[in-house]
This record gives sequence, C-alpha cells and structure tokens, in this order.
Amino acid sequence: MKLAVCRVTLLDGTDFTCEVEKRAKGQFLFFKVCEHLNLMEKDYFGLAYIDSHEHKCWLDPTKEIKRQIRSNNWQFAFSVKFYPPDPSLLTEDITRYLLCLQLREDVASGRLPCSFVTHALLGSYTLQAEAGDYEPDQPRPLDNVGQLTFAPNQNKEMEEKILELHKSHRGMTPALADVQFLENAKKLSMYGVDLHHAKDSEGVDIMLGVCANGLLVYKDRLRINRFAWPKILKISYKRNNFYIKIRPGETEQFESTVGFKLQNHRSAKRLWKVCVENHSFFRLNAPEPPAKARFLTLGSKFRYSGRTQAQTRVASSLIDRPEPCFERTASKRSSRSLDGAPMISITEATSENGRDPHLDLHSDSKTAEVEIEETVVVQEVSIAPKPGLVSVTSPQEVTAEKEVVVTVETKEAKQESVSSESESEEEAEYHPNVSVSICHTQIPEEEEEEEEEKEEEKGVSVPDAPSLPAEVEEEEIEKKKNVEKEVEAKSNYDPITTQATNGHTLPKESGLAPEEEEEEEEELKMNGEASVVEAEPRPQVICCSEPPVVKTEMVTISDTFAAQKTEIATKEVPIVHTETKTITYEAAQLDGNGDGEPGVLMTAQTITSESLCTTTTTHITKMLKGGLSETRIEKRIVITGDCDIDHDQALAQAIKEAKEQHPDMSVTRVVVHKETELAEEED
Amino acid sequence: MAGKMAGLMAGFGHYTHAVVRGVPASLAKEALRSSQAEVDLAGARSEHEAYVQVLGTRLGLEVVVLPADESLPDCVFVEDAAVVCGDTALITRPGAESRRRETEAMKAALKELNLNIVEMTDENATLDGGDVLFTGQEFFVGLSKRTNQKGAEILADCFKDYAVSTVPVLEGLHLKSFCSMGGPGLILIGSSEHAQKTLKIMQQMSDHRYDKLTLPDDLAANCLYMNLPNKGHVLLHPTAEEFPESVTVFEKLKDHMLIPVSNMEKAKLDGALTCCSVLITKRADI
Repeated sequence: MKLAVCRVTLLDGTDFTCEVEKRAKGQFLFFKVCEHLNLMEKDYFGLAYIDSHEHKCWLDPTKEIKRQIRSNNWQFAFSVKFYPPDPSLLTEDITRYLLCLQLREDVASGRLPCSFVTHALLGSYTLQAEAGDYEPDQPRPLDNVGQLTFAPNQNKEMEEKILELHKSHRGMTPALADVQFLENAKKLSMYGVDLHHAKDSEGVDIMLGVCANGLLVYKDRLRINRFAWPKILKISYKRNNFYIKIRPGETEQFESTVGFKLQNHRSAKRLWKVCVENHSFFRLNAPEPPAKARFLTLGSKFRYSGRTQAQTRVASSLIDRPEPCFERTASKRSSRSLDGAPMISITEATSENGRDPHLDLHSDSKTAEVEIEETVVVQEVSIAPKPGLVSVTSPQEVTAEKEVVVTVETKEAKQESVSSESESEEEAEYHPNVSVSICHTQIPEEEEEEEEEKEEEKGVSVPDAPSLPAEVEEEEIEKKKNVEKEVEAKSNYDPITTQATNGHTLPKESGLAPEEEEEEEEELKMNGEASVVEAEPRPQVICCSEPPVVKTEMVTISDTFAAQKTEIATKEVPIVHTETKTITYEAAQLDGNGDGEPGVLMTAQTITSESLCTTTTTHITKMLKGGLSETRIEKRIVITGDCDIDHDQALAQAIKEAKEQHPDMSVTRVVVHKETELAEEED
Repeated sequence: MAGKMAGLMAGFGHYTHAVVRGVPASLAKEALRSSQAEVDLAGARSEHEAYVQVLGTRLGLEVVVLPADESLPDCVFVEDAAVVCGDTALITRPGAESRRRETEAMKAALKELNLNIVEMTDENATLDGGDVLFTGQEFFVGLSKRTNQKGAEILADCFKDYAVSTVPVLEGLHLKSFCSMGGPGLILIGSSEHAQKTLKIMQQMSDHRYDKLTLPDDLAANCLYMNLPNKGHVLLHPTAEEFPESVTVFEKLKDHMLIPVSNMEKAKLDGALTCCSVLITKRADI
C-alpha cells in the first residue's frame, strides 16, 4: 500500500502532516484534519490547494487527491468554504473559533475590506480572545499589539484604538469575544463573498461575487447588479464564457440570459463550480442526487456532494458532547502563503479558553463521530427514507421541462461521462431552481416567488388523480393567501414589474413555526419528492408531494442513531399521537413531447386491490396535431396503514404488480408522505 | 459590554449635530430649478429659520450654521456637499458646476467637528449627497443627472463596511426627490412610476429587507428621520398645506413624533427637507 505525505496548513498557521494512501480520496484527508482539530461542524470548511495555474481550488472530497493536485507537493490549506450567515447559530465554540481565525486572515489581508473603526473593533475582540483582559501594568502593551496584524494598512493610530477598545471588553471570555467578533464581521458587505475577475458583455472589467444569497456584480467596490438564487434558472459555462439565465419579471414574457467573459475556460468552470456549490449548500435541503443517466446534459456533471447548510444545522443541533477544549494557538502562526496572505507573526499568547490546556481529542468522539459520519439526509425537516425506495428520476428533469434540457449550442464537449475534474470540459449546465427541495429558511417573499414558479410549472407536471384536484387547488389558494398575507403584513414590495424582486434568503432558526412549514410542504407538493437519497435503516418521515391533510410537526428525532446510542438526541418533543403512513407512488411514461400542454383527461379508473393499497390508474390522452393522440398512463398507488405495516414491502409489491401489468412502465417518482393526527384540537 | 462602541451600525438616526447654511439673496433668482417658478425670498428665509429652530431648539441638536455665500445661490442645500456616515465625511464633487465651491465651507466645518475627511477629487466623478440614501445597513446611490458611476465608486471605496449599490434615477433631480428613510428599516417612497421602479431595484440589489410606506406625492416622501434621547423616533415631514393627501399617510407612524415643517418655497427649487442639513453622530468620547 503506497502512502503519500500531505501537508495541511491550519488556520492558526501551524502545519499538520499526515500520510494517506496514494489513491485516497479528498474526503479521507479532510476527515483526518477535522479529527485532528476535533471539529464536528465540518461542512463549512474545506481543503484548498494551488493548482498548476496558480489558482486556488477546493479539494473535491469525492475524488482521488492525486487526480486533483497535480504537483508532487501535496500542500493544502484548511479554510472556510462556506461562511455561515449567522455564526451565532453554530453549535460549538470551536467552530466559531476557527471561523474567527479565517476571518482574521481575511481582514488582515484585505480580502474582507472594512473601515478603520471596524478594523480596530475586530482587532480588539481578537486581543481580548487571545490575551484576555487588558492589564494596565503590563509592560509595553503596544508592542504586543504591534506584532499582530489586524489590517493591511495598520499603523500606530489603529493600534492605539485597538488598545482603547480592548479596555472596554474587560471580563469578556474568549468564546464571547469570538461571538462579538463574528457579529460584527458578518455584517460587512463582503463577508462570505467569493470574488472572481471577469468582463461584462461590453468588455468592462468587473468582479463577480458568489455568496449565500446569490451572485453579485461589482464594478470596483460598487455593487451594480445582484441576482438572488431564486431568480436564477440556469448557470452554465461554455469555453471562457459564463452565463446565467434569469427568470422573467412579472411583466416580461421571456427569460433573459446574462453572459460574462472569464479569463479562460478554467476560470469559467471554477466560477461555475463555486456557484453550484454555494447554491446547493445554502439553498437546498439535500444535495442533488449523483449524476446518473444525464445523457441530455453536456460536459461536467459536477455537483455539490457535501451536506447542505440545512442538513448540517440539523446535525449540529444533535451534537451532544461537552464543548471540546482547544488551545488558542494563533501565536504559532506562520505564513499562510497559500492564498497570498501576508506573513504574520505573533508573540506567544498563552491563554486558552479557560479550560484544561491540553487538547482533549477523544472525549465522546466515538459517539460523536458516529453521529456526524452518517449522511443524515434531511428532507426539509425529517429524516431520510428507507433504502429500497426506488430511485427517483432526477427532479431536475421533472421540473425542467420548461427548459427542455437540450443545449442549443453545438456539442463541443466530447467527454460525456468523464469525471468532472477533466479540465478539457468546455461547458456545463446547472439548473439551480430545482424547486423540489428549497431550503425552508426562506422568507415568505421568496415563497411567494417560488409559488409563482410552481404555478407556472404546474401546467407541465403530471396531474394527479381526479379525486384530488379540488383539494389541491384549495390548498394552493390558501397558501397563496397565507403568503400574501405575510407579505402584506410586512408591507413590502409589490409584484414584480421591470426588475426582479428582492429574493434574499435570510436564514432563520431551524426551529420553524408550523405555519411556515406547512407552507413549505405545500410548496413541495408541486414538484413531487426530492432526491430520495441514501440509506438509513429505519423508515422515517419524509415530506410529501401533496399537501398534508393534517398538520405535521417538525420532528428532529434521528431514529437512525437509536441503534447506536442509548438515548435519542432530540431538540423537539414529537407530538405525534397516531401515525398513518402513506406511500405514494407515481409512475408515468416519459412524455417526450415536452410541449408542456396539460393533457385532456379521458378516463380514470380506480382499482382497489387490497384494503391497504389503493391504486388509481389514470389515462391521460393528449391530442396532438394531425389527429394523433398520445396516451399517458399514470398509476398512483397509495399505501396506507399504521406504522406496524412494512410499507416498503407493500410498496415493492405494488410496484411489482404494476410492472406486471405494464412492463414498460418506469418509476419516475416515489414519495413518502406521513400524515399525523393530533389528539388535541389545538395547533 | 456594549460600552461606547456598540459596533457596526449602532443606532440608526442617533444624531448629535447638524450643519446648515444661510439663505443667500441670490437664491430667489439664480438658484437652479427645473420649473420656472418664482421664489419668494422672505418666505424661503422664514421657513428655513423654522427648520433650523426645530433642529436646534426643539430637538436639541448642536447646530452649526454656515454663512450664506451670494456667489453660491444653492448653498442652502448643504446635503449635496457632503456624505457623513459614522466618523467619516466624504466631501463630494457636485454634479452642477456652479455648485462646486459649496464644498469648501462644508469641509472646514466637518474638520472642526473632528471627522475623518475624504475628498472626491477625481475630475471624472460627480456626486450630489441628495442621491445618496443610507439605510443604516447599506448605501444606495442614485445615478442621476448630478451623480455618476465614478462618484458612486468613490463613495463605495470610502465607506468600506457597507454595500453600496447603484440605482437609476429616471426622472426628477435626485434619488431622494422621491424617497428617504422614515425609520430603521423603513423606506418612504413616492407613488410615481419611476419611484416605484427605483424601489424595486433597491430591493433587488439588497440582501436586507425593508418595509415601505408609499406616499401619493413623490416629494412628500422626503422626510428627515431621527432617533433622539428622550424623544425617540422623530420625523420631520412636509405640511398639509403642501401635500394634503400625503400628510394622512404619516399618521400611520404611531411610534413617531411627527413634526410638520414647511418647505414650500424651496420645493420650487427641487429642494426637500433632507436637502437643508447634514446630520452627524459624534460620540462623546471623540
């Protein structure tokens, strides 16, 4: 077994060296570093390296290291990849500490610009965290400060201001100082913005900034445009051009495409990847399923493979270990030259975070690791479905009918199924508005927007069995009303006219009010179910493809760990009294026409085979030109019963039966819907 | 722990000082205007007097009065000469050439108040303070006949903490000819089509969310908001005589101390309430 040496520069400037198998994947190294750091909330971080063209790249955890970093020197920098918009929501102090380390570097290098006063304020919190309370009898305090770099243009005046402010933080613990640091840093306009040089369509030099909210366009430091994620329908690159397709405004009929020129196609691809990752992390509840059978998609099939913010937040809320002790070792900084940050040297700081100075690496790490290592896929609020549920058609294809996933350009990309790091990939596409699993942290305005989008798409998606429509519509109308009500109450903007509305995502607490949840679920109904993903051994709740008849409550129980842990870590008490589990199964022949016209319902039959299982078969006949007609057969199998029933078996059985009847039928969508009945009348 | 420095964006509207300037006689005939209206000098002077009284005597701000300059007919509209945020003052380069020298006296006054002074010297840049809307969390700069992109870029470079976004000013003189801040997170906006369009663009450009209050008259949307000790939310707004319809809308602001201030004469010169002062927050320890 051949081994290779990896050197990772940590955020405090120290180096961490380890050996990995030559063919090890990025994930392996990343986890080793996180283990060394005793970090559990890993999803915000990544390993960066400099490629052969002197550009910073992120190490893809799913791919082999050796296929990514081409040089013989495996040198990485552990860095923040996704900046959490609200750091106070992070569960552990150590996570905040690492985020602070990153931000100190960002500020000191000028990557995160701020005013003189802010530099001083942030510096004072850094000093409080590292050196503790201001000591007036300390010899030459100014010297100590002078050895730290807080700003690119630091001078005596700033150092004096820092000291002055430091005095006022007396009594503040390091953890609290970190919190204050982050509270101020997060408000800075460039916080979490990843910048890329580009040119606009007129050849003017601009910067494109990718962040949690969307894509920003800067001319120097001036923000000249902003495209929030909900407004972006498609992100693509081709050669050295980067394109985004924007949704039409209310008065517009057509989508518009905005193009930018990058330096070369590597840069375009890099920008594209960053967009895909940021969108996925901040917007989706679960990452898109791995690319398979996307034969209509050209070029890179790169998708974000990690957990999303929604997922990591839930996982974070389950962290149940005592706060890890860690040493504040910023004093041992050496150059973080990986990304051009200046050389920083600090005199030895001695204080820790008030606990035992030695690193306690293994406190509960065993159980903790088990928790985190699991890929807990959260569909909006609940835990992953069973395995064995049939694989789903990529939701993209379901909803993107409007787009007709065929690129207009000539096929220049020769590599189809090649791994996405292949540099020769000249183009790729990504449709971010995979409306299927939009993060529940949107604000109501966005829901309204997405509701609009759903409305538009409704005409395209397969209509449900006849017994439903009335209900469905009622819910929709109700939902729209709810949303509108909220919007009005906040007395915000009017419907879109020329420009896109403000679709910004203010992340909220993961504990949502039931009302919003309900809205969210209703939203989901339009697009059927999300990527049903990997396995948990227990059947659990999934959110639904149709509006719940009865309210459901957020259940953050992770039963998946019940087998390993004696206690279940929950943050909310489930109020479920009885449960009825419904598995809805829809299958339809693919509609290759794609003209989006809803079919005319010709016949419908209801066949009941068992008391547990109801199958509704709908034949939808579409009249085409030339007197031809096309019939689509839709089967909706609803399996109801108490939780005692093995739903999966029943489902598998039902699918088998359906296939016997129609051998060329394929499963396009599987949804697990849980209805709960509350004993109380209250909500 | 809050202490003296509460950090970024503390206390929107907590002003301590105001800089104003006297009304020159040349205002009546020579001040720039879009209409052909005749201005009553005495009327302009008395309403300005009342304005300054409200700021100083009634609200307790420390008012610095700069002397009028006959060679600068528009000098009363001091807002255009500087943009102040926190402890930094950007001395502008007004879009109208006849107004360039208005900045000299302003610069001196702000220096006296110990603010950090940044000057806009680039000859390709123009900026009127009336095109700059600071919401407490970010800046919007209206690109108008008086303010161009270069000017906006310099402003962005000056106030590094904040996002600075450009919005078009399709009609009217300045961005604040049809909008202003009515409170923390509250935008007052006129009803005209271009006003509404600009608001939508502001919302699109922002990561934050704002409430809005729509006024039937565009110019009525220009009010002066302050948050003062012992007084709380204060809003100087136009009178019922000037805008009878709009005045009823202000009454919706239940938490505000509403102070009607007449601006009738100066309105003929496209002047509005925010135009006549530069408000500053000076901390006691500076």
